[in-house]
Amino acid sequence: MSTRMFGARIERNIDPKLLRGEGAFVDDIPLSDALHVAFLRSPHARARINAIDTAAAKAHPGVVAVYTCDDIGALDVEMPLLIPHPSMTNPQTQRPLARGDVHYVGQTVAMVVAVDRYTAEDAAAMIEVDYAPLAVEMDMIRALQDGAPRVHASIPNNLAAHFVQSSGDPDGAFAAAEHVTRITVQVDRSTAAPMECRAVAARWEAVTGELTVWDGTQAPISVRGGLASVFGIDEDKVRVIAPDVGGGFGQKVLLFYPDELLVPMAAMQLGRPVKYIEDRRENFIGSSQERTQIHTIELAALKSGEVIGLRDFFLHDTGAFIPYGIAVAQVASTSIAGPYRIPNILVEFKAVYTPTVQVTPYRGCGRPQACFAIERAMDQLAQELGLDRFEIRRRNLIADNQFPYAREGLLFADGLKVTLDSGQYGKALAMAAAELGAESFAAAQAKALSEGRYLGLGLACYVEGTGLGPYEGGHVKIHPITGKVYVNTGLSTQGQGHDTVFAQIVADQLGVSPQDVIVVEGDTKAFDWGVATFASRAAVVSGNAIHKTAVTVRKKVLQAAANMLDVDIDSIELRDSAAWVKGSNRFVPLAAIATASNPLRYAFNKAAQAATQFAPASKHDGPPLAEGEAPGLEATDYYSPSQSTWAYGVHAAVVEVDPGLCTVKIRKYVCIHDCGNMINPMLVEGQVMGGIAQGIGGALYEHLDYQADGNLANASLMDFLVPYATEIPDVSILHLETPSPLNPLGVKGVGEAGCIAVGAVVASGVEDALRPFGALKFHQVPLSPTMIADALERAGH
Amino acid sequence: MTRPMKQAGSARSGDAQVDVELTVNGEAIRRSVSVRMLLSDFLRHELGLTGTHVGCEHGVCGCCTVLIDGKPGRSCLTLAVQANGYSIRTIESVAAADGTLHPVQQAFKECHGLQCGYCTPGMVMNVLGRFEEEGPLDLSDDGIRELLSGNLCRCTGYLNIVAAVRRAAELLGRS
Amino acid sequence: MKPSIFGYEAPTSLEDAIRLLAGDTDAVVLAGGQTLLPAMNFRAANPSLLVDIQHIQGLRGIAVGADGIVVKAMVRHREFELDQDVLCANPLVAEVIQHVAHVPIRTRGTVVGSLCHADPSAEIPLLLVLLGGSVIAQGPSGTREIAAEDFFQSFLTTARSHDEIVIEARFPLLPRRAGWAFDEVTRRHGDYAVVGVGCVVSLDGSGCAERVRLAACGIADRPIRLKDAEAILTGTALGISDLDAAAEASVAAVTQPDDINVSQSYRRRALGALIRRMVVKAAQRAGSAQHAESVA
Repeated sequence: MSTRMFGARIERNIDPKLLRGEGAFVDDIPLSDALHVAFLRSPHARARINAIDTAAAKAHPGVVAVYTCDDIGALDVEMPLLIPHPSMTNPQTQRPLARGDVHYVGQTVAMVVAVDRYTAEDAAAMIEVDYAPLAVEMDMIRALQDGAPRVHASIPNNLAAHFVQSSGDPDGAFAAAEHVTRITVQVDRSTAAPMECRAVAARWEAVTGELTVWDGTQAPISVRGGLASVFGIDEDKVRVIAPDVGGGFGQKVLLFYPDELLVPMAAMQLGRPVKYIEDRRENFIGSSQERTQIHTIELAALKSGEVIGLRDFFLHDTGAFIPYGIAVAQVASTSIAGPYRIPNILVEFKAVYTPTVQVTPYRGCGRPQACFAIERAMDQLAQELGLDRFEIRRRNLIADNQFPYAREGLLFADGLKVTLDSGQYGKALAMAAAELGAESFAAAQAKALSEGRYLGLGLACYVEGTGLGPYEGGHVKIHPITGKVYVNTGLSTQGQGHDTVFAQIVADQLGVSPQDVIVVEGDTKAFDWGVATFASRAAVVSGNAIHKTAVTVRKKVLQAAANMLDVDIDSIELRDSAAWVKGSNRFVPLAAIATASNPLRYAFNKAAQAATQFAPASKHDGPPLAEGEAPGLEATDYYSPSQSTWAYGVHAAVVEVDPGLCTVKIRKYVCIHDCGNMINPMLVEGQVMGGIAQGIGGALYEHLDYQADGNLANASLMDFLVPYATEIPDVSILHLETPSPLNPLGVKGVGEAGCIAVGAVVASGVEDALRPFGALKFHQVPLSPTMIADALERAGH
Repeated sequence: MTRPMKQAGSARSGDAQVDVELTVNGEAIRRSVSVRMLLSDFLRHELGLTGTHVGCEHGVCGCCTVLIDGKPGRSCLTLAVQANGYSIRTIESVAAADGTLHPVQQAFKECHGLQCGYCTPGMVMNVLGRFEEEGPLDLSDDGIRELLSGNLCRCTGYLNIVAAVRRAAELLGRS
Repeated sequence: MKPSIFGYEAPTSLEDAIRLLAGDTDAVVLAGGQTLLPAMNFRAANPSLLVDIQHIQGLRGIAVGADGIVVKAMVRHREFELDQDVLCANPLVAEVIQHVAHVPIRTRGTVVGSLCHADPSAEIPLLLVLLGGSVIAQGPSGTREIAAEDFFQSFLTTARSHDEIVIEARFPLLPRRAGWAFDEVTRRHGDYAVVGVGCVVSLDGSGCAERVRLAACGIADRPIRLKDAEAILTGTALGISDLDAAAEASVAAVTQPDDINVSQSYRRRALGALIRRMVVKAAQRAGSAQHAESVA
């Protein structure tokens, strides 16, 4: 076999197209005669709608239709509860267009369809809505109290879900503790802010009864199923295409956003293609957000620093609706013990409705919050016990020989028991210390202080359950004419580089160059079994499905080649897009094998002549296609993981705080991570680095600022501070590769890893840097200059 | 590899129309447009040059950056009618006619300087504009970050884009 | 996020432009559009008429003379920033301008447009106030010169009448042997200043401050001179206690309330820190200038 492609740093197949501006994002797809949508959205966080007058909007030149909840027939229902769970006492989901009440600023109230977006926005502004505003409570703690203003009139105390899980004997552990530390921490509301906002376009072919929907979604197959169900059309008559998608980070995996139903509906009713291109303001007030949790965590420890028990109670802000169930909170609650043994755990949460945009997973999905809680608690415990922060972690990490390490009683977001499958946690910690120069840091810190500079060391470990089921599939086919390999899977990509890593997996099996493997995904007409891209699962679940499929195709190739070359299978090797007799110059190209594997009636080219009924290659007894055989070199297979596979890592940093301006500069940042075997380290580093940058956003900059009246004060990229290149430091990324024992490729997911630990690292570092001013506490991120100023002021500086 | 542009279509809304004449990717263009049409929409929807992306429409993200008379500028903060008489360059004009990547594009590919690719055309046009600007270019780490500030990327964390600019400088003999 | 309907005129003479403004109270001047267009895309600004002044003769160019730098209405930030004569005549300009947004904004946005927008956090208005510059406004009844401190009246409000066009801004040169400094704190590079401080210092033969000018942006409803601090510092050796006193005296100048970026008390802390640092930096530069001159 030629050089192994799995593990190689190869450039991406998709890049030339994207670099030339030839990408095809939803709004780039030419749809002649298309109509354009604008929504009228609620300006109130809570209000009763008394009346809606659309007359002026309908009369506006260029307007084709205006819809309110009264005009959408069977769609005027609550949208699906995607992930039901018994802990949800009062699950509420949104209607496509508000009926009766509005529950957050930005909720869709009416939809205008017009000849262009400019006109549609004009008309939306002409719709008159008579609102009776209602009281709101934005604070989660107060929202849970009796008599608090309600997000949903029928739901007292705004309680959306209440869930308790435990592992071991937490009460016993706390009774036996020699030291207990307790800390309350908060991570604030944020949003994915993908560079391409969401987008949906639809075309209805009345003649064939086919609906085609282009949707910038992470879940085209699931959207297809949903649309078929809602509209009562055969699944085969609905085609959902997720073309190039400009980032997702979880925000594009909700089904449905109102537009995903209403745009196809309008296309079907109006007989013209209809497009909705979400604008940036709408992305801030209409598309899912995540993060706000307030954790109160207690650690029961021995004087040695060994943590024997953990109790965590947290509030989770789910926004005005809970369509994704408790997934975010459940991931947080099952990640709470991080990479530590901690055998006794009690974790309880309440999910609270607030009159804000609904909360669904954003890259990290509860893990950054859990990491912030446990890591800040570990720092505090170290401080209280007089231990070094590396040392206390070293004493608690799960040892290499303790895997698989199960947390009985804790069920992960896939409904399965949390079982950490493999890792070298101690080694990762040691690598982080070495790479950062932790040993010499104290001296550097003291020297800096003598020059009036405040340096601090920050540290945090994380784990990440990745590669959730239920399953994904792969289809691999060698094309008879070109010999190129086509690969299909049910996922969609938002920039991760699936087309290249899946090509690498297949290339190794079939002896072709990754450039000759064409991966087609995100189109339900290409492959329509599968779930979606989320939870760092594509490489694990689709990757292994494609691998299994490629192995099957390899067997077919070897058999056919052996027949054609008249040698044993064992003497065939696949390389350079051909099957070779080992140690000879005899070969047959894959294209020819693929052609010959398909019994032909018509010889359309030279290679095909070998496959027709009178050709020597077809000499055989019985029918041209033997019973049980299929033509061609292709296969389809699936991979369904037995459980999630757990990646992990350690981040450490040196930060400098300017006490005058209260600014934080990251001077050095080190990331040690382990996602099992790496298919393409260059792409892994890209995923990790992108996550770290989002983590830095979440640690220092990005905070959705809801006002007391429920309005979002910073619904723009001017005021919601996504970092530029000037805000992101150099990062040193080092790899460990501990294979997962759970899947054939030994891989773990890496999509979310980077963002998880950053908040904890930065807060830890800032505390350390400002220690000369006293024991200042930073228990909330993002950590703003004002928080630092306030802390210094409280300490008398 | 300049993509063929769309031909003029019929007027669509009730807006007053005004004639504009400008040069786009070297080709003289004369169209009748609404006075409120943004240059970004004009390039994308009137000319079919969809490589210029739209990320925020308030000038912060830089996805829509094109060269306006040779200098990087936001097409979302420019009206098509304001561009009367201007020369505009978009991403579609950067690679060679046979598709061979320009050194700046090549550098992004080699350095894995893009993931979803949505911000990429704006990034490339900004970098290209700065390389083509007269005068010295600060290719220190801070200088490159300063050069890139003004273009948001949500996928890469920028490090590989910084590396790509350094690599582009090498390929262009500017380092 | 598309602008609402408006009219558009692109006059080629100043007289026509002024006439158009005078005839429509909701008409707005369009120069670079880098602040106006975002507001229009959000439909936060909905002018009835845009008067595009880019085709008017005589509104381009920078002139550097003995009594200052004249910047015409259509001069972009980037031209001002890169002009070698400006750099020689007043290096403070480049130091300030590199903090204005990002290059692709500076290539389109105009210096005079920034002055007329009068954002209290913006850097260019601070520069004009710090240097004691002025603008020339032309209206139906002719032109008038308006001093910087009279021009900026309050949040986004200037002394310009609706039917006037600011045709140029005049930035004085730095005094001979003066040292200068500007810095700001932002949440993110290129954003409007949370607090910005500019300083110009001249030293006497003994190294004491002969003349001090200090101005800040981001702290009030307009860019302001910190006159109390200037008075405290003038004549001193700019020691730590002098700097502390100057910072202390400036606290009350911070009237900007808590906002989504920072609290008022944070602004006071940051203002003090920046005053200390900018005065020291400017004085060091003044010292070097003096030294260089004495050596020569």
